[in-house]
Amino acid sequence: MAISTPAGATASLSPSSAPETSRATGPEVSTFTLDNGLEVVVIPDRRSPVVTHMIWYKAGSADETPGVSGIAHFLEHLMFKGTEKNPEGAFSHAVAELGGQENAFTSYDYTSYFQRVAREHLKTVMDFEADRMTGLRLTDEVVNPERDVVLEERRSRVDGDPSSQLGEAIAASLYVNHPYGTPIIGWEHEIEKLDRHDAIAFYERFYTPNNAILVVAGDVSPQEVREAAQATYGKVARRADPGSRARPREPEPRAARRVALSDPRVTQPSVQRSYLAPSYETAKGERAYALDLLAQILGGGTTSTLYKALVVEKGIAANAGAWYQGDALDDGRFAIYATPRGGATLAELEIAIDKEIARIAADGPAAAELERAKTRLVADTIYAQDSQATLARIYGASLATGGTVAEVQEWPDRIRAVTADAVRDAARETLDKRRSVTGELLTAPGGERASAAR
Amino acid sequence: MTAAATALATPAHTTQIDRVTTPRGAEAWLVEETTVPVIAVEIAFRGGSAQDPEDRPGLVNLMATLLDEGAGDMNADIFQETLEEKAIELSFSSNRDAVTASLRTLPENLDEAFRLLGTALAAPRFDHDAVERMKSQLSAQIRRNALDPDDLAGRTFFAEAFPGHAYGRPPRGTVESLGAATHDDLVAAHKRLIARDNVVIGAVGAISAERLANLVDGLLAGLPEKAGLTPVSTVAPEGAGRTEIVTLDVPQTAIVFGRPGPLRNADDFIPAYVVNHILGGGSFSSRLFNEVREKRGLAYSVYSYLSPYDHAGLLLGGVATRNDRAGQSIELIRAEIRRIAEDGPTQKELESAKKYLVGSYALRFDTSTKIANQLVQLQLDDLGIDYVAKRNALVQAVTMDEVKAAARALLGDGDLLVVAVGQPTGLDGARVRPAPGTAEAKLVPDPTAAGSHAR
Repeated sequence: MAISTPAGATASLSPSSAPETSRATGPEVSTFTLDNGLEVVVIPDRRSPVVTHMIWYKAGSADETPGVSGIAHFLEHLMFKGTEKNPEGAFSHAVAELGGQENAFTSYDYTSYFQRVAREHLKTVMDFEADRMTGLRLTDEVVNPERDVVLEERRSRVDGDPSSQLGEAIAASLYVNHPYGTPIIGWEHEIEKLDRHDAIAFYERFYTPNNAILVVAGDVSPQEVREAAQATYGKVARRADPGSRARPREPEPRAARRVALSDPRVTQPSVQRSYLAPSYETAKGERAYALDLLAQILGGGTTSTLYKALVVEKGIAANAGAWYQGDALDDGRFAIYATPRGGATLAELEIAIDKEIARIAADGPAAAELERAKTRLVADTIYAQDSQATLARIYGASLATGGTVAEVQEWPDRIRAVTADAVRDAARETLDKRRSVTGELLTAPGGERASAAR
Repeated sequence: MTAAATALATPAHTTQIDRVTTPRGAEAWLVEETTVPVIAVEIAFRGGSAQDPEDRPGLVNLMATLLDEGAGDMNADIFQETLEEKAIELSFSSNRDAVTASLRTLPENLDEAFRLLGTALAAPRFDHDAVERMKSQLSAQIRRNALDPDDLAGRTFFAEAFPGHAYGRPPRGTVESLGAATHDDLVAAHKRLIARDNVVIGAVGAISAERLANLVDGLLAGLPEKAGLTPVSTVAPEGAGRTEIVTLDVPQTAIVFGRPGPLRNADDFIPAYVVNHILGGGSFSSRLFNEVREKRGLAYSVYSYLSPYDHAGLLLGGVATRNDRAGQSIELIRAEIRRIAEDGPTQKELESAKKYLVGSYALRFDTSTKIANQLVQLQLDDLGIDYVAKRNALVQAVTMDEVKAAARALLGDGDLLVVAVGQPTGLDGARVRPAPGTAEAKLVPDPTAAGSHAR
């Protein structure tokens, strides 16, 4: 039961936290829709006799009513509290006895539940999951302690980590009108007030087969999945029509913004900047593909231009990189980060970053740079085929944010087709400071630190 | 070249593990797998940060980090670009007991990938600028984690449990110890640790035994015959019965607790593993999960696990809970430990645990990278190439008597070394000290404990 932050919002300061932007081709994926509107995706992987079973609801934190932040994630926790047919613990107990693993995660645009079991147990977990699609029963007795669990989860993720607090402030400043500015886990004072009525209201509004996607990856045929799905999910009646997912749109940004967090617990300063960027869903033409390449060229690893300029050549940064979050229903983010080295100041890092951005926005990438980035992104889709769980997540996340199976499969070809001019234009138009929030993480003055940065 | 095979019977019915012996007498374990166009290779050199000189903690990790920062006639830039042009993923890291290499490549680049890996292992350059760069990167990480509650609790725990022992020193070192590391230190550490007689190799993918044998010989050709490892004494962790508080101004207390546990080759390792699964190992089913989280909402995460290092065995656990509930949480954990030590699990718990452990074993083998990791771990643990086929039967055969005996041996009197970072209340008899670099060790009233949280 976790928070999934596709934007890497809580841990955006290290390159390893770059979000999964790679999509995948590979196995022959089939897709069909049940009469009640449930979309089904089947991804074959015959190497091992196991399956990954995921249900994705097209409902995330950005679908919450203002003032009730955190309810999507709280409901995700409460979905483990039992139904009339399967009382509390019965589902988890059954999964454990089958030698299965399970969990769930909530994001801005979706909530997903999964189990990984031996292939012969697929129908059993489908039965349980179909039952809790509409059968959830909640009492204050189970809801109240679970709210404390979520508050502890927030304390772990945010209160103990100043960089995570800065991340919340950056998102809140970047999105002036859109709910992506609210943390997925919710604000503490609003979580404290959530109750079972809020949870049931969200559940009844969004948890219905016509608002869900079933993804099954593993040692199973489409026909087997179809039969099992019809016998389980097929019996769940539609109970709501969530309608179109129209959220308040961002106005065209006009002012570059800055936020700073100083705390005695900050022992390593850093700087990061987020730009409002079109997503695969909102972008026109090839723009989102160009942004994925731009992120790779500018800040994907040790051969990227930011790393080379700031870390290798100038030696003013211990680390530097970039990422693009394009898997979003509405406008996503493009982010850049750097950690100073030696006596360098955050201001010096920003000057160097701006210089690299200006260069690529003026000249575009060199042919070899572009080629290297394409090779890497396409190879990532091949590496993704090694994991059925990864493939299931790629397809699920894409479909839950407006994508299609065909788009996932054509992704490598579309990446290969992006021109240097398209990357240059993406840099020029998206990496415009007026679209950005710059966040500084600073050591609070006065506090004497044994391991002070400088 | 010879290949002795053993069936990977339970987890993956269609594959088998081959023991590949090379013309030069090296060994590698292989799972041939042709469905997915990815080749995964994992390598480990026994040793690890336990081999750090006493005054140079973090040296081995720094050395491992530098292996792909320039080697042979390639400086760091050229080395990294050569990898990137073919999308070859190569990384090096270290833990307390080993230096590890992890390689992923597309089949058409296999030869080039092994050439680069071999060059990195045999001829790292340790160029001055690369050394300074990696020192700065690792130092930035150390600073970033300096006051992270979980990280600080873990570091303090190991320092308390292993005073004067290699495991008590920080594996990533300190800003000062990294700063002091010289080029000669790095060359010496590399020479001592990266050798032919302490390496284990696992490979998975579309690669024949014969081809792998030749690649492995090429890979190891430039390495010295023998590693120069310093003997590390095998010890029991100390401090059980003590509570250490590190004060930090945060609303939640991060707790790490632990006591001695079995080594991997102990006769009762499997029964002890089952006991821990019931106590705090099963994600949504363990006793600790139920008592601390599910029933009372005291924490988001609470768990325990067996941590069998090469030279010490541990039972470790953790919980993070609001400061004013730290005492209650740790009391519940102690009570569950006492209860299972005295009474053992119920028959039903034992059966459920076995079902889970047997059924879920296959999930450790569902990607090439995971299989390659398993191949390496089995070799490091000296469990034998047929262990995969035997393992579920070993779990199945565990009796209630064995489990009860293992619970008594593992949990004994229930004494724990507890390290708590935050402003905890209710932890009696604790030694209190300030977090490093903070001014004073004082437990202040927790503002979040005020009346707004009516319960």
